[in-house]
Amino acid sequence: MSLAALFTVVFTSAGLFFFIAGAVGMIRFPDMHSRLHALTKADNLGLGLIVIGVMPQVDRPVTALKLVFIWALALVASAVTAQLLARSAAPPDLCEDG
Amino acid sequence: MIGPAFDLLLALIVIAVALAATLGRDNFGAVVFFIVYGSLLAVAWTRLGAVDVALAEAAIGAGLTGLLLVGALARLSRLEVFSPKPPGAGARALCALTAASVAAVVAYALTGLDPDGGGLTETVAADLDRSGVQNPVTAVLLNFRGYDTLLESIVLLVVLVGVWSLAQDRHWGGAPGLAQHARPDGVLATFARALPPIGLLIGVYVVWVGTSEPGGAFQGATILAAVWLLAAMAGLTDAPSVTRRSVRVIVIAGPALFLAIGTVGALAGTFLALPPDHAKRLIQVIEAGLTISIAATLALLVLGFPQRAPP
Repeated sequence: MSLAALFTVVFTSAGLFFFIAGAVGMIRFPDMHSRLHALTKADNLGLGLIVIGVMPQVDRPVTALKLVFIWALALVASAVTAQLLARSAAPPDLCEDG
Repeated sequence: MIGPAFDLLLALIVIAVALAATLGRDNFGAVVFFIVYGSLLAVAWTRLGAVDVALAEAAIGAGLTGLLLVGALARLSRLEVFSPKPPGAGARALCALTAASVAAVVAYALTGLDPDGGGLTETVAADLDRSGVQNPVTAVLLNFRGYDTLLESIVLLVVLVGVWSLAQDRHWGGAPGLAQHARPDGVLATFARALPPIGLLIGVYVVWVGTSEPGGAFQGATILAAVWLLAAMAGLTDAPSVTRRSVRVIVIAGPALFLAIGTVGALAGTFLALPPDHAKRLIQVIEAGLTISIAATLALLVLGFPQRAPP
């Protein structure tokens, strides 16, 4: 196995571990806020590791840049949706401004 | 070994998710499964090498249709139609019969396909030089079978007219949908200010590369529509009244332009035929027009019919 392939296997496996951890948290955690925590934190880390893992396999540098860009967009989108969902599920007296 | 195993697993999950979406009693669950189903189908199309279809499925099938269904659910709960009466035995039998007939026809059509044949792939490849573009999908959609795309864009218009016609008389002339309230310095508003430049760039890029790589008017227009909807949901911009002339012109412009260029072709010989020397430029013009109209139409479909009295 070449060094690049080994790098890919190690990093994508690590990424998959965090995805599985996020999925387990989603199923096992008791309430919406902790489930949200599991999904949006662990999955973003998993996606980042997988993006790093497939880096040696891309044909052009611009493809690698696109992958990093997609990861950044996913990070921002999940951070925002996590905030919105958490706010909508919070008891009304918790948020000072609704 | 891993490839076929992955494909088999993917096919099984797609079927399982489709069953979950149709058999579930819970409306919200059905909508969520429908969106998951669209996303998985996009992966399946990618595995088949049909990246254009995968993009369209992800953007329109999962994204926009999912959003429309979520909106419909929210409206149902506002109308307090929580649990409609279950359909009777006759209605169920009729539904089952219809679904089974469609499935039988599709199965019959599938057995008629040559498993080793590429369909019209060779014919398209042979004429690709004269189409003006390098992406065979765009060549078929905008040139060889332009009337499919023309009719699709007109169907969207008809749907929009159908949605608008649901408005009550006292709201006609008012803004579509309900007023959106979001904290002006909140997470959503900040996100909706930061994302549009990126979204506009990606949307235009997806349309532009459509002539040579996967992409095109429908996929790019969905991204542009999403940008507008995000700004509208964050309360940064309000939807224009559907009676405004500019709104009418924008939603009609794309199909009208396509039809006009097709009519010039008819005068020169064949309806919707593009002369090979000018085909690329004409396809770009048609795609640009279609993109603007489709983006506006899709966004207006999600925003809905007028629900507020005119000011």
